[in-house]
Amino acid sequence: MIKPYYAVLRLRLSNGLQYRAAAYAGIGTQFFFGFIFIMVFEAFYAQTSAAAPQMSLSEVVAYCWLKQAFLAFIVLWLRDNELFQLITSGNIAYELCRPSGIYGLWYAKLLAQRLSSALLRCLPILLVSFFLPQPYRLELPPDFAAFLLFVCSLIIGLFLIVAISMLIYISVFITMSPAGSLLMFSVFGEFFAGMIIPVPLMPDWMQRIVYALPFHWTVDFPFRVYTGNISTLDARAGLLFQLLWLAALIFIGKIAMNKALRRVVVQGG
Amino acid sequence: MTLYFKYMLLLFKAQMEYRASFLLLVLGQCLTPFTVFTGLYFMFERFGDMKGWSFYEVLLCFAVTHMAFSITECFARGFDMFSSLVVSGDFDRLLVRPRGTIIQVLGSKFEFSRVGRLLLGAGVLIWAIMNLDIAWSPLKITALVLMEASGVIIFASIFILCASFSFWTVQGLEIANILTDGGREMTQYPLSIYHRRIQQFFTFIIPFGCANYLPLQYILGREENPIYAFLPLAGLLFLVPCLLIWQIGVRRYRSTGS
Repeated sequence: MIKPYYAVLRLRLSNGLQYRAAAYAGIGTQFFFGFIFIMVFEAFYAQTSAAAPQMSLSEVVAYCWLKQAFLAFIVLWLRDNELFQLITSGNIAYELCRPSGIYGLWYAKLLAQRLSSALLRCLPILLVSFFLPQPYRLELPPDFAAFLLFVCSLIIGLFLIVAISMLIYISVFITMSPAGSLLMFSVFGEFFAGMIIPVPLMPDWMQRIVYALPFHWTVDFPFRVYTGNISTLDARAGLLFQLLWLAALIFIGKIAMNKALRRVVVQGG
Repeated sequence: MTLYFKYMLLLFKAQMEYRASFLLLVLGQCLTPFTVFTGLYFMFERFGDMKGWSFYEVLLCFAVTHMAFSITECFARGFDMFSSLVVSGDFDRLLVRPRGTIIQVLGSKFEFSRVGRLLLGAGVLIWAIMNLDIAWSPLKITALVLMEASGVIIFASIFILCASFSFWTVQGLEIANILTDGGREMTQYPLSIYHRRIQQFFTFIIPFGCANYLPLQYILGREENPIYAFLPLAGLLFLVPCLLIWQIGVRRYRSTGS
């Protein structure tokens, strides 16, 4: 039952791991951006007059490095042009002939793409950032429980982000223009996820909006669990919410996909 | 030069064929820096100040950078996408034509949708200027215009430099993003907030500091010396080695043959 999906996953994974040189070049870029982000936050935190923010500088630093290391797990703009072309060119007809569900198949493909590009990049970035001089060093999580919860929430977050990006691909069935859908989702999604600034640094009214949306469970939640900014008790409850959102998003995705596929018109070729 | 405008008109007409998609892209180009801007606003709301820089002062910096970057991306996009010309071997066609390579590559692509980012930048610039108490003088206005022009020249030089690398590597390099996107990310804040080494690198090697941070100090009245107003001209100095590398690259270019 699960076997074809697993095969797609493995195939894609080894395919993605081929581009090692590109990954190493990418690591350099990640580091540069990481430093820039941290220095900007550092400049803000140099203000002693401000009321104590809900997040300490070392927590923000950890947040930045984790963001850089797991970029492939959390960005929405990572795209699979092959899938877009399938939809817009009409080759989707072949996919429909396959004996396995198209939702699951694409889900596995997207998951593998993210896994392979993150696996190559995250370890070197994490390793180096553990040994950077202060104040740039990535601190260890406060206790082992926090670390375990971080790993769990990161993995569920990954499943969540793939479920969200599946919605982008499904929307292309309707709009037929990948650029527009991708842009709208990624611009707002990443802001609400806490990619630009961590959620606790936003004003209260904005936080209320953010917490009502699923995006922050993919970025903000796992990273703050790591730093201990979210207590282990809250983190456990958060995991439950993550799972609920995941189930809801996959459910919506499957229904939307079936609807879109029923209307799909393959224009010859 | 007339040739350049002909290229431009042609590509403009071509992009206008897909009007709805074009407008969406313009909107998107406007929104991307808008979220960064919103983040900046929230941060200032919480912290009030950034190492002695007020919100509107940083906004001025932000606006100048984003405007310069969007103008460059609109006009020098050909260099940004240059590696694809080398990979496909299409660069050969440019070489046999009786015109310079630079003007042809420049004319090979225009991204008019970048107007979105430009509009946002211009809006932010006006907003910042209206809220800043600056005693404007002709020299200060000159400085602002020079900053903008110099920013465009530096970004364009970087595009040319990165494009030249693809003569050697064939493939484009992701690491080039450090200079283009990284340069943009970095110069949207005043240079003084960064580590000393980074300040030095981006003032003396890649003269972003001369184009942005130093003349800004003059405009804001933190420095009285009028020489600061003309520092953006240093951007021109950076263009020279980049063009030289480009020429060397063209000379040793070997077609991929496909």
